[in-house]
Amino acid sequence: MSSTINTKFSRRSFLRTSSLASGGMLIGFNFFTACKDTVKMPVDIAKLNYNDFNAFIKISNEGMVTIFSPNPEIGQGVKTSMPMLIAEELDVPWENVNVVQGILDTQNYTRQVAGGSQSIRFGWDALRQTGATARQILVNAAAAKWGVDASECSAKQGVITNAAGETLGYGDVVNEAAVLENERAAARAAKIAALVEGEKLEEEPIALKDPKDFTLIGTDVGNVDIDKIITGKPLFGLDYKAEGMVYASVLRPPSFGQVLESYDATAAKAVSGVIDVIKIGEKAKAYLAKGEVDWSAKLADTEKVVVIAENSWAAIKAKKAIKAQWSESTPLENTAAHDKILVDLLDGNKLTNLRKDGNVRKAFSQADKVVERTYESPFLPHNCMEPMNFYANVTDSKIHLVGPVQTPASAASTVANMLGRDEKEIRLEMTRMGGGFGRRLYGDFVYEAAEISDQIRRPVKMFSTREDDMATGVYRPAIKYRIAASIKDGEITGYHLKEAAVNSNMYGIIPDFFPAGAIENYQVDVAKYDSNITTGAWRAPYTNFLSYAEQSFLDELAEVLEKDPVQMRLDLLEKVKGTTDDRIQYSAERLQDVLKLAVEKSGYRTPKEGVFQGVCAYYCHNTHVAEVADVVMEGNQPVVKKITVAVDCGIVVNPLGAMNQIEGGAIDGVGHAMYGDFVFEDGKPTSKNFDSYRLIRMNETPIVETHFVKNTLSPTGLGEPTLPPAGAAVAIALKKATGNRVYKQPFATNMATKPILG
Amino acid sequence: MPTYNLKINGKSQSIEAAEDTPLLWALRDQLDMVGTKFGCGIGQCGACTVHVDGNATRSCLLSIAALDGKEVTTIEGLSEDGSHPVQVAWKEIDVPQCGYCQAGQIMTASAFLEKNTNPSKDEIRKAMHGNICRCASYNRIENAVAKAAENKMA
Repeated sequence: MSSTINTKFSRRSFLRTSSLASGGMLIGFNFFTACKDTVKMPVDIAKLNYNDFNAFIKISNEGMVTIFSPNPEIGQGVKTSMPMLIAEELDVPWENVNVVQGILDTQNYTRQVAGGSQSIRFGWDALRQTGATARQILVNAAAAKWGVDASECSAKQGVITNAAGETLGYGDVVNEAAVLENERAAARAAKIAALVEGEKLEEEPIALKDPKDFTLIGTDVGNVDIDKIITGKPLFGLDYKAEGMVYASVLRPPSFGQVLESYDATAAKAVSGVIDVIKIGEKAKAYLAKGEVDWSAKLADTEKVVVIAENSWAAIKAKKAIKAQWSESTPLENTAAHDKILVDLLDGNKLTNLRKDGNVRKAFSQADKVVERTYESPFLPHNCMEPMNFYANVTDSKIHLVGPVQTPASAASTVANMLGRDEKEIRLEMTRMGGGFGRRLYGDFVYEAAEISDQIRRPVKMFSTREDDMATGVYRPAIKYRIAASIKDGEITGYHLKEAAVNSNMYGIIPDFFPAGAIENYQVDVAKYDSNITTGAWRAPYTNFLSYAEQSFLDELAEVLEKDPVQMRLDLLEKVKGTTDDRIQYSAERLQDVLKLAVEKSGYRTPKEGVFQGVCAYYCHNTHVAEVADVVMEGNQPVVKKITVAVDCGIVVNPLGAMNQIEGGAIDGVGHAMYGDFVFEDGKPTSKNFDSYRLIRMNETPIVETHFVKNTLSPTGLGEPTLPPAGAAVAIALKKATGNRVYKQPFATNMATKPILG
Repeated sequence: MPTYNLKINGKSQSIEAAEDTPLLWALRDQLDMVGTKFGCGIGQCGACTVHVDGNATRSCLLSIAALDGKEVTTIEGLSEDGSHPVQVAWKEIDVPQCGYCQAGQIMTASAFLEKNTNPSKDEIRKAMHGNICRCASYNRIENAVAKAAENKMA
């Protein structure tokens, strides 16, 4: 059987091979976009041109394999799991694999992003194809060496075996393999050149393993950086140092809406270790004025004062000694006003429709009963444990940037535009990140570091303190949902979801998530209020709160309808089966299955005395999840003891890493729903550090028990999907435990608990 | 600037720094020991935890001037090669997600287990309460501390 060349992952369209001058074989591939047929691999690894490849495999003469992983690592585990996909098809022992974060030249890294839980989903086919192709090249080389047909040879765990039982290691044939492949590539290029217009080159497809034959995928593989992490080796952006590097701490306006008026740095300059105090912002402002900006760029819309010092402590101390005057450029906002504005938006008629099925108005007018509830959530800071920081060294000939950023390509392009430089002069290296959660999608800290270095012409590390991060950051926007449902003859006939949010509304297929498709008359409308407070994506954008609102509402509907909440969801999902609406991307079957699994594993049908359980099922980021929260009363305080999670993410690439994401996501969801609170007064948050901002800690942490739905469907991501259902499951359990529903996050301060009476 | 003689990981280290310099920044900026992490600067998150005379201590609040005659152990000195029972347990359980807070977690756990060799679940939870893990790898931290206690006893 043969296929035509225009298949999406036609092997040579993304793969190039070279024999290395130092021995061994270099295989370059482009993970994100197909590279040109004319590209040649270098014979020296140091000369590898990242314009053409953003990831590669090196196989040494000893058979050791180095896989350079292309995607940013923020704790989601892709530095381990993505190379596993290559190693599975290449068929090498994992012990012989060394994984290195790809060193980056940003010029051609247009889709190199950690975000949306999409790395594994998009990498699944491409990375396996890469591994399989490399394996085939090696087998061909061994066959040629033996003078036999490649079809008589097989490769397993780094060893090629022929029909006579002779063996060769990958390392024994890498030099021949590279030469052979280069010759074949040249012959193929000649064939393509000879094709008549409209004619296509016929090629043998590379066969991938049947999932039942996987030996690495599906096994527990530990974090590839574990030894460095547990011994405290330099790994993160804040750990990066370079010769002659100085430290910079940036004083930003204390309130959103303020700009710098003037400052006195006399006392700051007198602090021992301080080199200079400068002002930045002109270049960022000029760039902003062009209008091609993202949300976070708002942070740059003012001049700022920067302490340049020989060490971090001097920079921190001196910043406190700066006397700055700020003036109001736009009104200073506060949470109380936002609350009113958002309610007014929900009450008003200036909403934009995102989905409309049937006729909600008619359903409501004919209803026996209409249930309407409003759910409220605050702003939330990301609170990555590693504060924002970046290294920049801007010289006349080049710009070197190093640090933790989820979107290196856009950061580099912004720096080039802002400084009026060519992007080709920029070299950006990504470090392991001390958490992302969406915060490092925005490159404001990169722009600041670059502008500082551009001005002082020295290598500099710009670093934020916790207070800088929390008080002058990017936040999950405050949002309110109002959901109304019509009930007729004991059935839900209409569903109307309204969203009022600060700065931005739900997008993409979120309006098409369950229960869309299950209710005949269904409508989603949104409205936003433009604030000067910077907002952006926060782990599982919108769904991190929407799930709680909708799932709590469904639970309340079940109560009104006197239906079992599990059965009601299963019945609703039944109606979605066979839908022809291609906007519905969740699978009703898969959502039903995770719900059933969570119910079974949590003992939901046989509750224990004193344990109150809340159940929900949710789909987001292409993964289906159901969770059951166990709440017990300790005195008059409800305590979340356990979360049972059922997950369908298709094939589980690395169960050990997957379960870590699932556990962390669920606890993160519980923590922020219970405690996450962030209030603005006079344009500034009332919390600036962990003494006044409560994050969940170990003795408040539920035990998470994970169960996978086993199947052989292509894998989907896990960085976000288990967070949204957690708050919902807890809210529903709290209702059972306390008798009260909670409509506002955080629950710890907004729930009414009933005292336990003798 | 005054000079301070610190005893860190069994070695004498002489550094010149302002007297209010926290140990955290002396370690990171001057001694190139970056395993001890900056998280909050106010002793609330535990990322900067080191041992001072065997006690888990927040290095972000501890000025170097107060360390005369004290013995400091950092994550780099807990073992030469990651072979301390707590580090071994961390690897066995595969605790980290982003990994940033883990050095502080390990330092808190190792000091705790010196004093309590056979802790209960509640004692572990209480002992580790001061260390924030934003990725919420708390279940694994809890299991790893229990595992380390088990490994030490064995």
